[in-house]
Amino acid sequence: MADNERDYSWPAPEKRSLIGKRLNRVDGPLKAAGKAKYTYDVHPPGMLFGKGVRSPYAHAKVASIDTSAAEKMPGVKAIHIIQGPGSEIQWAGDYVVEVAAVDEPTARDAVRAIKVEYQPLPHFLDDFTEPKNLPEDNGPLSPRDIFNMLDDDDPESTKRAVSAIQQRGIKFQVTPQLVERMKSNEVPEEVIKALQSAPMKEEQKTDSPYQKEAETVKGDPDAAFKQAEVISEGVYGCPVITHCCMESHGSIAEWTDDNHLMVHISTQNISASAPQYFQALSIPAGNVHIHQDHIGGGFGSKFGVDRWDIAAANASKKAGGKPVRHMLERDAELEMAGSRPSFYGRVKVGAKKDGTLVAWESHTWGTGGPGSAGAPQVPYVVNVPAIRRQYVNVRTHTGPARAWRAPSHPQACLITMGALEDLAAKLQMDPVDFLLKNIELTGTRANVYSEELKIASELMGWKQKWRPRGQNGSGPVKRGLGVSIHTWGGRGHSSDCALTLHPDSSVDIKMGTQDLGTGTRTAILMVAADSLGIPMEQIQLNIGDNQYPPSGPSGGSTTIGGVSASTRRASVDALHALFEKIAPALGAQPGDLEAANGKIQVKGNPAKSMSWKNACARLGAQPIQVVGKNPGPGNLIDSGVGGAMMADVSVDTETGIVKMNKMVCVQDCGLVISMKTAESQCYGAMIMGIASTLYEEKIMDPQTGRMVNPTMDFYRLAGIGDVGDLVVHMMTGKGYDERGPIGLGEPPTVSPMASISNAVANAIGVRVPFMPITPDRVLAALNQGANHAAV
Amino acid sequence: MDDLPEKKDPKRKPKSGMSRRNFLKISGVSAVAPFAAPLIAATSVLEVEAQAATGMQGPGKVPVTLNVNGKNLNAQLEPRVTLLDALRDQFELTGAKRVCDRGTCGACTVHLDGKAVYSCSVLAIDAQGHQITTIESLSQDGKLHPLQQAFVDNDAQQCGFCTPGFVMACKAFLDHHPNPTMEQIKHGVSGNFCRCGTYAGIRAALMQAAKTAKGA
Repeated sequence: MADNERDYSWPAPEKRSLIGKRLNRVDGPLKAAGKAKYTYDVHPPGMLFGKGVRSPYAHAKVASIDTSAAEKMPGVKAIHIIQGPGSEIQWAGDYVVEVAAVDEPTARDAVRAIKVEYQPLPHFLDDFTEPKNLPEDNGPLSPRDIFNMLDDDDPESTKRAVSAIQQRGIKFQVTPQLVERMKSNEVPEEVIKALQSAPMKEEQKTDSPYQKEAETVKGDPDAAFKQAEVISEGVYGCPVITHCCMESHGSIAEWTDDNHLMVHISTQNISASAPQYFQALSIPAGNVHIHQDHIGGGFGSKFGVDRWDIAAANASKKAGGKPVRHMLERDAELEMAGSRPSFYGRVKVGAKKDGTLVAWESHTWGTGGPGSAGAPQVPYVVNVPAIRRQYVNVRTHTGPARAWRAPSHPQACLITMGALEDLAAKLQMDPVDFLLKNIELTGTRANVYSEELKIASELMGWKQKWRPRGQNGSGPVKRGLGVSIHTWGGRGHSSDCALTLHPDSSVDIKMGTQDLGTGTRTAILMVAADSLGIPMEQIQLNIGDNQYPPSGPSGGSTTIGGVSASTRRASVDALHALFEKIAPALGAQPGDLEAANGKIQVKGNPAKSMSWKNACARLGAQPIQVVGKNPGPGNLIDSGVGGAMMADVSVDTETGIVKMNKMVCVQDCGLVISMKTAESQCYGAMIMGIASTLYEEKIMDPQTGRMVNPTMDFYRLAGIGDVGDLVVHMMTGKGYDERGPIGLGEPPTVSPMASISNAVANAIGVRVPFMPITPDRVLAALNQGANHAAV
Repeated sequence: MDDLPEKKDPKRKPKSGMSRRNFLKISGVSAVAPFAAPLIAATSVLEVEAQAATGMQGPGKVPVTLNVNGKNLNAQLEPRVTLLDALRDQFELTGAKRVCDRGTCGACTVHLDGKAVYSCSVLAIDAQGHQITTIESLSQDGKLHPLQQAFVDNDAQQCGFCTPGFVMACKAFLDHHPNPTMEQIKHGVSGNFCRCGTYAGIRAALMQAAKTAKGA
């Protein structure tokens, strides 16, 4: 049988021995025992401690550096200039000089002994004030500008885009890859042709922190608003927050000889870290050995090899190759090792009296630090028929943004679901009924959302508990409910799974992937053991090393689909090879055999069987070695999920304190491989979301340009008493399972801000426009009495 | 006061006269977040100042002997080295984690004479003469303590970086509250933070462990 005809499909429900079961995570005992080794715990002999001099200015030129005093200190083994005189610092806390010393106190003293003179430059930090009256941008277009201009439903948009390309020119190269990507995203042929002959223009250098993106117009919003019978207007938004990984960023770098670098690094990206060292140090990627057993949180902030990692490698070289550990201290971690862009918006949305949505207009802005904030697309999920939207990117002198679970989605969801809830309140409609009324606007997943909203309503007791806005009791404590829906892609990334069946009946798997605590190890073993019909304990799984076959970075909820599919294919291929070896002994054809319960047996005749051990023994001296790949043959995975979330809060209108009573998460992720760790993703997403709704904000001081709260007492996470009751329901069975596994890390993180802030609005009768919903903001909103906060 | 954590021992007198936590208190920057902080009894400023007048050590390295998990361990340490850093960098006991490094998150929790402390906020020289217990001693002969097993069974961990500190905080809490209510749990282990969001599992784990202890 040719490979492309082999049946790789997921086992039917009655054939699944492990897939979908609620099993303990396999590395749970090691972690609970405190014996799991993280990068921060690695301590090779002779290790030096790396620390850095960090800029106190948000924007400055390095004028001079004097390391002479530090060089003379006993115990200081290396000093490396990271950003020399003339370098321009773009955010406070950035590294300038690296020091490596025999112990941490000495490294600290050496950092203090280094004198750096700066020439301070003006900084800009204000991402909150609405950018108004910006001149029309007539400069060259970015790819996103063009994307913004196009509307599938409006052929005129193609003409407008072509004319804009010809008049304004473009500021990017039209590579064959870009053309491919545009074609796959159904960008019209005329637009691609126009791009290929468009003039390349340099962007005018500007001192303005504002970059206005091309406006998106869909349908005829002006006419649609005229037809609207009820219009709601409001402002909404959320500030920059940080990832605040428990294990800070960092690595231990050691030159094992002049040409080989050993790196232990806290990373979501085992297989693609080595090339980043090549870029910085010109060391061949093949000479860089990357290893990590466990990671203490990443959430999207740990894909790259960072400035401090390269500095540690440089310091190691200067110290004769000795290992140098540079793990960030908490303040550095919060100031610059990852943040989520802010997003603010002024929204107008209109509907018919029966709740039918007709028009949307939004002016939004946000900052991702010195670069782009990613322009979250609103309206989110609910595709209103007529739309006008404008986005302004605000460049600030703050630590750069990084992917944060479901990039752009939580922000877009907050603004969309907030505006829709306010409109529903104005229509005097139950917001669940309002969403259901417009559910067809969600497109292909309309049925999923309907089913999920029904289940969530039951789990929340929505019908019994929900009261119209402002009718939530006469006492000072008001109770309210909120709802939100969300989506995510989550197609599995590329992944290679090297699987070996040994003649001694043992099995080992090697994959250059990583387990972020999402349960990747557990899922791989469940797939392999279920497919091979043997216990999970019989399989030795090795991950976390770039000497193993590569897997993609763990981001964007791409891991579960990738590793499950490659592991399934490897298992099926290995079994097939084993069947060919033993079929004659069982008097059957290889295609007639199956593996189950530790045996190889003839399908439909389990009495004709051979134990796993005996079957493997027939391999003689030659193990079976296969590599399963994703993508690969067979349709094992899919993309695109729906989820619904509901929140129940109590708000004390005298103190402004919001208390979480309950949250419900109903989530689809295709075929659930590991039920227990999947549910944990949802619990965790709700809890993280409670923190970003009620507590988290990266507060910048406009005077000094520095973060005011880079500590965990002032950068507040949710505690065990803050989260209320949590209910998770995973969608499974027909309509879901046959799609195969789809990623889950992102989707449930999307709706918490929206659902909780809607619950607060429902409770107290007015919108608290900006996250986090702190007591002072609740009281201010109550005093203001309505949503017309001047931004 | 029954449902309050007995996390920090107010009577324990720091030998050097100045623990990091007390230093933070004096310098007025330890304004803990109002709604989550466990109630930690304070040593008065006057008491600390009186102690500070005696027994200065350092600034160079001094011999330190720590009794950890029943064994005496020796090292030469500067007086400014915390118990956490001594455990991790000198003795390779890396279960306790360094996260906030200023007595907020609880990832560094160990027991000092049976009481949970933030080891990032205790100086190593101050921990001398006390029985220090770390996560590494909780499982014996490869068998998890029932509380650790409860963490596994209820998936009270994801990345696991906060887990050792949480287990030690929960252990001390259960020692003092063998029959905890959910309300007591919410207050009693509120001195630890988890970023992945495992609190639902931790609550269930505490309930299971309390039940197991009663059955045993």
